[in-house]
Amino acid sequence: MTDTMARAAAGPLVAGTAAPDFTLHSTPDQTVSLHDFRGRPVILAFYPADWSPVCGDQMVLYNEILPEFQRHGAELLGISVDGAWCHLAFAQQRRLHFPLLADFEPKGAVARRYGVYRDGDGTTERALFVIDGDGVVRWSYLSPIGVNPGADGILRALETLGTERG
Amino acid sequence: MSPHRDRAVLALPVGERDHMQGPANATVTLVEYGDFECPHCRRAYPIVKEVRERLGPRLRFVFRNFPLTELHLHAEHAAEAAEAAGAQGKFWEMHDRLFERQFALEDDHLIEYARELGLDAPRLGRELATHTHKAKVRDDFMSGVRSGVNGTPTFFINNVRHDQAWDVEPLLAALEGVHEGVR
Repeated sequence: MTDTMARAAAGPLVAGTAAPDFTLHSTPDQTVSLHDFRGRPVILAFYPADWSPVCGDQMVLYNEILPEFQRHGAELLGISVDGAWCHLAFAQQRRLHFPLLADFEPKGAVARRYGVYRDGDGTTERALFVIDGDGVVRWSYLSPIGVNPGADGILRALETLGTERG
Repeated sequence: MSPHRDRAVLALPVGERDHMQGPANATVTLVEYGDFECPHCRRAYPIVKEVRERLGPRLRFVFRNFPLTELHLHAEHAAEAAEAAGAQGKFWEMHDRLFERQFALEDDHLIEYARELGLDAPRLGRELATHTHKAKVRDDFMSGVRSGVNGTPTFFINNVRHDQAWDVEPLLAALEGVHEGVR
C-alpha cells in the first residue's frame, strides 16, 4: 500500500520546481550540463529508446521543428538511457541537429530525479519539460508511452515564457 | 499534477485553402497530414482510397503536407509539385501519381509527371525552382505541428487526432463511429 502511494506521489516534476542539474554525455567525448543553458529556455525530451521503427518518430519530428524552438531562443535536449555510441549512430542516421544525452551510467539517474523512470521497463517515460532561463520547470507533460506527444504543447509553453525573438 | 492534455485537435479548421475530395456537407471529414516520400503514407494511400469508396458521399477527405525534409530529401519538392499541380487544378492527380511513383521523386520526374498529367510542365518547373508554393507547404506543416501531428501519416477525424490503427477496418470503424454519433 505504501509502495503504491509512493508511486502515485512520484510522476514528473511539476511547474514551479527547480530543475535538477545534471551532466551527461552527448557524444563519447563530450558532456552537456543543464546549467550550460542558464539564461535561456531548455526543452528536455525524455523518450524510451533510439531506433523506434517509424518515420517521423518523436526526435525526427522535433528535428524538423527545431527552427521554431530556436525562434524562442530555446535549446532542445533529447534524453534516453541509450549509450553515447548508440545516440551517435542514431543522430547521424536521422540527421538530427540537436544533442541526445545518454542517461546511461548510473542508468536512468537523471530520469529518476525528474520522476520519469520506468522501473519495470528500464527506460524513461515519454515526458517533456520546459525549463526557463532561471532553471525552473515551467511546464511538464507525461505522454502515454506509446503515443508520440507531438510539439504543440512545447510551443505553447515557450510562448507563455514570452522569449520569442522577432 | 502534470497537465495531461485531452485529445489533440485540429488547430486550423478545414477551409477554402484545403484540397478536398468528397462533398463539403459530408458528415465525416478525414484529414491526413502526409509526406509523399514516407513509406507509411504510401501504404496509407490505397487504404484511404478504399475507405473513400466504401463511405461514398458520407466522407470528405483532405490532404495536408507534412514533409519530413531532414529524413526525406525529396519530400519538400514533391509537396511543392503537388501544390503547383493544384494551382493548375490537378492536385489529386499529382497526389496519386507521387504515391504511385514514390521511388522516383527527383525534380526531373516531377516535371515529367506534370507533362503526363497534361499540365503546363515548364510552369511547374519554374514554380519549383522559385519555391512559389513553399509558403503553402510550410503553413500546412505548421498547422500540423500546432495540431499535435506526431509523425506521418497522422489522421484527424472530425478535428480529433486518430491515435488508433489506420488499416481499412479500424479506420472505417472510427469513421463510421463518428457518422453514427456513437463516438
